[in-house]
Amino acid sequence: MPHKSDRTILLDARAMSRALQRMAVAVAELAHGTADLVLIGIQRRGVELAERIAKLIEKDEGVVVPRGALDITLYRDDLETVGPKPVIGETRLPVDLTDKHAVIVDDVLYTGRTVRAALDELVDFGRPKRISLCVLVDRGGRELPIQADVVGQVVKTGPGDRVEVQVEEVDGRDQVDLVR
Amino acid sequence: MTATLGKDLVGLEHMTPEQIRLILDTAEPFKEVSERPIKKVPALRGKTIVNLFFEASTRTRISFEFAEKRLSADTVNVAASGSSVSKGETLVDTAKNLEAMRIDMVVIRHPSSGAAGFLGQRIRSNVINAGDGKHEHPTQALLDLLTIRDKHGKIEGLKVCLVGDVLHSRVARSNLWGLTKLGAQVGVCGPHTLMPRGIEELGVKFFPRIEEAIEWADVLNVLRLQLERMEKGFIPSLREYYRVWGVTPERLERSPRAITIMHPGPLNRGVEIDSRVADGPHSAILDQVTNGVAVRMAVLYLLAGGRPELADAAKRGAGGGTE
Amino acid sequence: MTPPLLLQGGRVIDPSRGLDQPADLLVVDGKIAAVGAGLTAPAGVEVRSVAGKIVAPGLVDVHVHLREPGNEDEETVASGARAAVAGGFTAVCAMPNTDPVTDNQAAVGFIVRQSVRAGLARVYPIGAVSVGQRGEKLAEFGEMVGAGAVAVSDDGRPVASSHLMRTALEYARTFGIPVADHCEDPTLAAGGVMHEGLVATRLGLKGIPAAAEEIMVGRNCLLAGLTGGHVHLCHMSTRGSVELIRRAKAQGIRVTAEVTPHHLTLTDHACEGYDTHAKMNPPLREAADVAALRAALKEGVIDCIASDHAPHAYDEKEAAFDDAPFGIVGLETAFAVAHTELVGGGGVLTINELIARMSTEPAKIFHLPGGTLAVGAPADVVVLDPSAQWNVEPAAFRSKSRNTPFAGRALTGRALLTLVAGKTVHDLGASAAS
Repeated sequence: MPHKSDRTILLDARAMSRALQRMAVAVAELAHGTADLVLIGIQRRGVELAERIAKLIEKDEGVVVPRGALDITLYRDDLETVGPKPVIGETRLPVDLTDKHAVIVDDVLYTGRTVRAALDELVDFGRPKRISLCVLVDRGGRELPIQADVVGQVVKTGPGDRVEVQVEEVDGRDQVDLVR
Repeated sequence: MTATLGKDLVGLEHMTPEQIRLILDTAEPFKEVSERPIKKVPALRGKTIVNLFFEASTRTRISFEFAEKRLSADTVNVAASGSSVSKGETLVDTAKNLEAMRIDMVVIRHPSSGAAGFLGQRIRSNVINAGDGKHEHPTQALLDLLTIRDKHGKIEGLKVCLVGDVLHSRVARSNLWGLTKLGAQVGVCGPHTLMPRGIEELGVKFFPRIEEAIEWADVLNVLRLQLERMEKGFIPSLREYYRVWGVTPERLERSPRAITIMHPGPLNRGVEIDSRVADGPHSAILDQVTNGVAVRMAVLYLLAGGRPELADAAKRGAGGGTE
Repeated sequence: MTPPLLLQGGRVIDPSRGLDQPADLLVVDGKIAAVGAGLTAPAGVEVRSVAGKIVAPGLVDVHVHLREPGNEDEETVASGARAAVAGGFTAVCAMPNTDPVTDNQAAVGFIVRQSVRAGLARVYPIGAVSVGQRGEKLAEFGEMVGAGAVAVSDDGRPVASSHLMRTALEYARTFGIPVADHCEDPTLAAGGVMHEGLVATRLGLKGIPAAAEEIMVGRNCLLAGLTGGHVHLCHMSTRGSVELIRRAKAQGIRVTAEVTPHHLTLTDHACEGYDTHAKMNPPLREAADVAALRAALKEGVIDCIASDHAPHAYDEKEAAFDDAPFGIVGLETAFAVAHTELVGGGGVLTINELIARMSTEPAKIFHLPGGTLAVGAPADVVVLDPSAQWNVEPAAFRSKSRNTPFAGRALTGRALLTLVAGKTVHDLGASAAS
């Protein structure tokens, strides 16, 4: 008997906007300003979120923050088991990362494997002086010793649950759902 | 439903347009990898790949080797001379030996048509055809398609003419399949002695003179003319070949449009193509080389490993995958 | 001497005498003793019921390769003779491209002795046209005929030199033997591995154009006309060849021709997928060629069917198409393939015509005893079951080799019983279930 899924809205558009504003402030504080800050969004939705945070910081601090996109597909530790190969998205880094403070931006932090892959990949591009992690939702369930420095929302979830993030630019609206 | 490739890449004749597009689309992000300071990603880490070349080839082998190394695979080159093959070991025995050593993938170039498919049917490793006799050279055609797509934004509706020794050319055959499947119009131009029987039954336009081909085409893919064609009497001399069919700036000037010039290399300057054309502003020859590594990386990536049933289980069971 | 045998209740078809009627056949002392309805069985005779079956002269295959001496792992005279009787053949002619070449009386004598030793189908040696089949010097036709050769041929290769072919045709007249030529212009065909056409283009394989055969067919007809000699054209494969033979025969030229079962049934599409069991020389050609060959066989422009039985070790065929040797085995499938495709579904030949083309005619053109059930003739007889359904299983072949394109095919028609000189050398009824 297929079990009927139970969908709750964790963040609606308004709540997501407030969370992003808080996160933008936290990132700027974390980086002690914007001088050597670079935001790197993980494909896919991390890229849009990084863009929003960068714009919010720009509005507040009056400084354009460089942002880039990172596709971690080629660094995944599960390429063996995934059947048809996943589509590889675009990777573009705006500046040389040496001596910069790179802040990785992603939508959901769960097992930590995506971030591990992102760290391996970033390090192949250069040697940032510091790397931090900023996520919209931390849902627990870590399989690696990874933590986020800036979090929009913490939520407790089980292994059967799904956290679905939609962003305006990709999905047509801003919303975060928890599906049990 | 995304397209998938089978175990082997033997040729384009029996591939679907979706499969071909999948490879071209996958090649694009791999171009970026070759621009990085560290030109390596771990995607094929720990995979063993053998480049089994029964015919001498520097450029194709190097291109494959770079593709393999940039994916972090371990590669071994086996050249026919100096290996047991020259002592008369059969292709079947060589294959069985490789499989016994648990090789993951074999890239094979062989003088007999059908050799790649023959090997693919007999070993579990993925087999990639780097050129088998006169049959196919799929990665060359794929990089040609990618180059054309980059230059013109599309392939459908374009007029592409293959110039030269089509009879003996596996590059021409693979291009013919790939171009027609993606909706291009294909032409061939050269002496009758170098055209295969039945070519026009495959929907290809034949131009006896290069001037006619230039008037028609958006792209010229100029094939290498080998010295032995003259020695075997297919053409009287290389000089005459250049005089009648050589792609020269003077001839190109008469075209109403800017024609993209391609060549699989290595060039015979002054035989099938004039140096000024090869080095000119419409030449995409060096782009072909760059695209070659990216296309081969895409092919290796798409063929390697991957067990679909585990992916399905992962999707059904666990929650969010790898976040 | 073998015990007398009465084949009772069958349909006797003897093209040599235009016979086709229900009749019994009595074999005594290795000869045909009587043919007629309701024969009484003399005392001590073995009576075998062959109701519903056809009793015919033993089939004769004028073109086989038995590989002995030199490649005994692929076939020997004995294993080939065993394969022959299983296919309903009581006599075969063995081509001389052995190793060493059968080009002298000692080598011819060896084949004859091996045949006698095996005691199965009669194996008649064909001697080489030229020493070593090198195409330079005539071999000793007289000595070879004296030792038992029934024809000369350089098959495997063409007789490339027109001068040598002319001389051979003239010289052979003294001994009344045919010169059998493998018709192939060597420079046109060189390096080719299949028919030159669209299929070869798609597969990237070098082709052998039809003209390569037709040029030599034309030449051979002209030389036969010039010399008055008898030329026999091996394994015809093109519609152009058929035209040339028709015209030559109309002019009274002494030309005869054979065609294989595979050239009557398969086309170059069989090579798709690089299946080396479709690789032979001459190659499989186009549907129009197959149609022309069938019509020619019916008309008699092509005189007979011959298998060109060419055994090869399994690992030799397990190679890339270019590298695999040419040739397929055929003795054990020839009658069944021809019967299924030409008499059955195709309706191209009657059973009488098929038997004529596989027995009476080949014996006649090579001047061999056989191909007849006349009283007093050697009892070389085959009992055919025209409705036997069976699947081709190479593993069950009596031949040492298994290289056939017909593996797994369902065929109708089979040799049940084969007698050579009255002796039972093949009997499906004895061992097989129904």
